[in-house]
Amino acid sequence: MPVINRSPDSATVGSVILLGIIGVVAAQTAIASDTEKYIQDKCAGCHALSADDFDVNDMSERLRRKGPPLYYAGDKFKKEWLQGWLQSPSRIRPGGGFPPDHTVVTDDGDVIDEKTLPEHPSVAKPKAGDVAEFLLTLHLKARPPLKTAYQPKEVSPMLGKMNFNKFKGCSACHRDEEGVGGLSGPELYSAWNRLQPEFMVSYIKNPVAWDPHSMMPNKHLQEPEIHKLVDYLKLIGEKRP
Amino acid sequence: MIRKIIISMSLLAAIQTAYASEDEIEAGKILYRTYCTQCHGIEGDGYGINVADMEVLPRDHTDRKEMMTRTDKDLFKAIKHGGKSVDKSVLMPNWDGNLSDDQISALVQYLRSLCCTQKQK
Ligand code: HEC
Ligand code: HEC
Ligand code: HEC
Repeated sequence: MPVINRSPDSATVGSVILLGIIGVVAAQTAIASDTEKYIQDKCAGCHALSADDFDVNDMSERLRRKGPPLYYAGDKFKKEWLQGWLQSPSRIRPGGGFPPDHTVVTDDGDVIDEKTLPEHPSVAKPKAGDVAEFLLTLHLKARPPLKTAYQPKEVSPMLGKMNFNKFKGCSACHRDEEGVGGLSGPELYSAWNRLQPEFMVSYIKNPVAWDPHSMMPNKHLQEPEIHKLVDYLKLIGEKRP
Repeated sequence: MIRKIIISMSLLAAIQTAYASEDEIEAGKILYRTYCTQCHGIEGDGYGINVADMEVLPRDHTDRKEMMTRTDKDLFKAIKHGGKSVDKSVLMPNWDGNLSDDQISALVQYLRSLCCTQKQK
């Protein structure tokens, strides 16, 4: 029997399956480009979605920036957190996206003018999943190696806090509990719930490798020292309800 | 005649340096707002938004008497390599990872204008 001479029936079945596959792929692409368009419209005005703009810009970009860059969202966020936060965003940076814009000088020193901190737009439930999924596909092309031997270890609350505060000076810019610590950086008591541990290690090691205009200094810490700090962030993150 | 030319030439040079550092001071001012005011304060007086829980207060950069005891080299070193490098607190970060030497020099020029050459209020 010649191989080419198939019965009409099986050919029909084949093309139906093929059409079906094309249909599913087309629908998926439609969702992706729909979501992409949504993000371009609603989010790109405040968030950089590609690192390209950064390389051509000088640091005055930092002064004009309206929200943190999202071009490495896929390297940074934990999925469950991202989906939840987009639906009901809460404040992460007590001083806003660029703290000097929200600072007023008073007789008791500088304070954050909370009135000037905007509420973050929220994304409704079905859409939030698609948006999170899309953001998690964004990776930094020239990203620093994320491979790290990080294995969570126990750390005592007292030593961990002392390290974060006195020895490494992180608390000058970051809060490790509500109401305690610096205001210019993102709060870190929820960092473990928000961020991938490997990202934290890498960012602490070299902030400007991720964001050339990061306001966080590179303290030239060795990996084991960084691991201890991340252990502390895990401890305080997991303690939260 | 020749003396006159020499005098006017050196005057020109002096004006040019003054202009060059005007630009530098302006660049330093923007850098200071971005990286330093969080601790040293919008006005450079040491009372930034971060200081409430800090164990060592940031230097008051408008304190002329104190600032005059530091050379430009001292200030450059403190900014580049952090407080620890000049036997001061670790709470003063090292900025070598974020800023170029030119940017740090611009900051030193701005600090000089803050402490010492700006008209006192
Ligand atoms: C008006 C400007 C603005 C718009 C529009 C905006 N954002 Fe934001 N976004 C911000 C600012 C400012 C922050 C920092 C908030 C904080 O830290 O409390 C932020 C934070 C975030 C974060 C957390 C980032 C991080 O590094 O912690 C995510 C994720 C995010 N936005 C996603 C989105 C998405 C998705 C949209 C579109 C639906 C969007 N944003 C629209 C300004 C904006
Ligand atoms: C001079 C202030 C400053 C100091 C000191 C500092 N940071 Fe940061 N850090 C920041 C800022 C600001 C950001 C956010 C990036 C930005 O807005 O430019 C950040 C971001 C981070 C992030 C990512 C968090 C997120 O949600 O994006 C981690 C993790 C972090 N810092 C940990 C640390 C640790 C650990 C230390 C101590 C070794 C430290 N930082 C010291 C200012 C600081
Ligand atoms: C996280 C908070 C913090 C930030 C951000 C910060 N400083 Fe400081 N700075 C300090 C503290 C605290 C001291 C006081 C150290 C001491 O007296 O032990 C200090 C001291 C200094 C000194 C004086 C050193 C001396 O000889 O006494 C200079 C100069 C200085 N800072 C410049 C800067 C510049 C420029 C920037 C921005 C690029 C900056 N600082 C950002 C906290 C900070």
